[in-house]
Amino acid sequence: MSQVKSIAGRGIPLTGNDIDTDRIIPARFLRCVTFDGLGAQVFADDRAQTQGQHAFDQPQYQGATLLVVNRNFGCGSSREHAPQAIAKWGIKALIGESFAEIFFGNCVAMGVPCVTAAPADVQRLQSWLTELPQDPIKLDLEALEVYFGHNAAPVFMSEGVRNMFLNGTWDACGQLVAQIEQVRQTANRLPYVSWGQSASM
Amino acid sequence: MSQGTLFDKVWDVHTVGTLPSGQTQLFIGLHLIHEVTSPQAFAMLRDRGLKVMFPERTVATADHIVPTENQARPFADVLAEEMMQAIEKNCKDNGITFHNIGSGNQGVVHVIAPEQGLTQPGMTIACGDSHTSTHGAFGAIAFGIGTSQVRDILASQTLALSKLKVRKIEVNGKLPKGVYAKDVILHVIRTLGVTGGVGYAYEFAGTTFEQMSMEERMTVCNMAIEGGARCGYVNPDAVTFEYLKGRDFAPKGTDWDKAVSWWQSLSSDANAQYDDVVIFDAAEIAPTVTWGITPGQGIGVNQQVPTTDSMPEGDRVLAEEAYRYMDLAPGQAIAGTKIDVCFIGSCTNGRISDLREAAKVAQGRQVAEGVKAFVVPGSERVKQQAEAEGLDKIFEAAGFEWREAGCSMCLAMNPDKLQGRQISASSSNRNFKGRQGSSSGRTLLMSPAMVAAAAVQGSVSDVRELL
Repeated sequence: MSQVKSIAGRGIPLTGNDIDTDRIIPARFLRCVTFDGLGAQVFADDRAQTQGQHAFDQPQYQGATLLVVNRNFGCGSSREHAPQAIAKWGIKALIGESFAEIFFGNCVAMGVPCVTAAPADVQRLQSWLTELPQDPIKLDLEALEVYFGHNAAPVFMSEGVRNMFLNGTWDACGQLVAQIEQVRQTANRLPYVSWGQSASM
Repeated sequence: MSQGTLFDKVWDVHTVGTLPSGQTQLFIGLHLIHEVTSPQAFAMLRDRGLKVMFPERTVATADHIVPTENQARPFADVLAEEMMQAIEKNCKDNGITFHNIGSGNQGVVHVIAPEQGLTQPGMTIACGDSHTSTHGAFGAIAFGIGTSQVRDILASQTLALSKLKVRKIEVNGKLPKGVYAKDVILHVIRTLGVTGGVGYAYEFAGTTFEQMSMEERMTVCNMAIEGGARCGYVNPDAVTFEYLKGRDFAPKGTDWDKAVSWWQSLSSDANAQYDDVVIFDAAEIAPTVTWGITPGQGIGVNQQVPTTDSMPEGDRVLAEEAYRYMDLAPGQAIAGTKIDVCFIGSCTNGRISDLREAAKVAQGRQVAEGVKAFVVPGSERVKQQAEAEGLDKIFEAAGFEWREAGCSMCLAMNPDKLQGRQISASSSNRNFKGRQGSSSGRTLLMSPAMVAAAAVQGSVSDVRELL
């Protein structure tokens, strides 16, 4: 598993609070058994309605890797299809005022860091990306700063989650499976496990 | 930091250990899966050469994509059929119980697990669906997860998680006539906001919740996530035990007595410490309707769409967007808003008591001309019970369509969709843009009785005048 210490590239600003996962990937695109192909469908309805004016359609943001959003991004449905669609479009990290909790957790499990920044800093970064879309920016998880032009702004991420990215342990699956003996011991001390109410009984 | 709450106790007893990241490895007592968020998880498992570690602790059904009219296989929608075949095969290959269509046990995952007695106090419950918070009604810690985490549970029966803070939401008093559990949770969300619960578990306490039935408590906990709280719960009590006793998977015989005493020991202590406490008065809650594009944009049925100067500055841009999208003007009364479609169903309000309340309003009345109204029972068992009580006949006589069980137009992954700019009165949980299947469709959330009132009046109406 790979360490994630910094992400450099071009940024894409997407303004608006409470952008929910139904908007990120409308439910009709969830009729699939793989995540392949979701990148093309990201924000499908919002993009159709804005007729080329959506940031994800604008030529200056094609190839961007850092998405800059506002408050409560990714609220609503737990569908991992939402961050998968964003990642398959090309995004490697998100900077925002705040994120919905399940969305944030899904991103961690995919190795896509979501950091928060003060609203004023997010808005400053969004304005900067609107004016200078081609200039690269950099998110540094070690320094907890985002750099744009000659500017820097502090970003935030809990210590535990940050360490998972820095150490390359964001994919917890292997660690969880490795503790299988302790898992069995925990199960055995839970009274309900032996009550015989489980599905197979 | 919270101490002595049910959340703390259940968390501690399910803790396997602390991971190097500092996160907790938490054992998941019941894992529920459905056809939309699980196929990729099984594929990830195969890619890594992992097997399902505790297949007896995962239970599956199909709900999101199932048609509610013609359920003959193969489905007309080839993509939906492919998803059905995937979950059938994945469950068969891995020894997981699957409640298929026609089994008598199929339905919305958050309806069938409680009705079978799978959901019990003191459990940790996870499902790749944000409305898993529903199961907290039993005093379980239940939350939605993404597909990578579905993989983690299949592989290890555990998750890597950070502990939540606990906010006690106390509502006291008797609900006025015509005010339902749905109105209580819409009121809470409208007051605390859609981000108010981020980082918290919500403990719903106070006499209002104590007086609620299990189905009402499920409605409340179901929508905790709409307030940003990944899980919500009610401490288990006699109402909980009475509901569970005798259900398929409830403990039996001497196990039952042991279970009750364990469950009682898990309730939050009288001197428990919370990270936050908020108190409401039930008497102040009115039948509530959303006017906007988030579940927090709600008002009493006799109120007006709020003006931007009445709200915090941070909410105004979204309000402007909502006025445009909904085609509702600030200051306009919400009552009287014309309705095109009425939907009664979903994991929020698709249970038997919901259908009974809606049927009381529909009985002896007629769906207004030009309104399409339909009822989707939450499960095959709910459907069967409703038919035994004659509710289907009441609805059909009033001009409602009576359908098969599923998620249906809550999220419109099946053929039930709004068309164009249609506006729906819906007993579901989300009024997001495009949520009900049309990218310009509009949703007004309300209780099932209020949906029935809207259906017969043809517009948003105060159900209290019809009771």
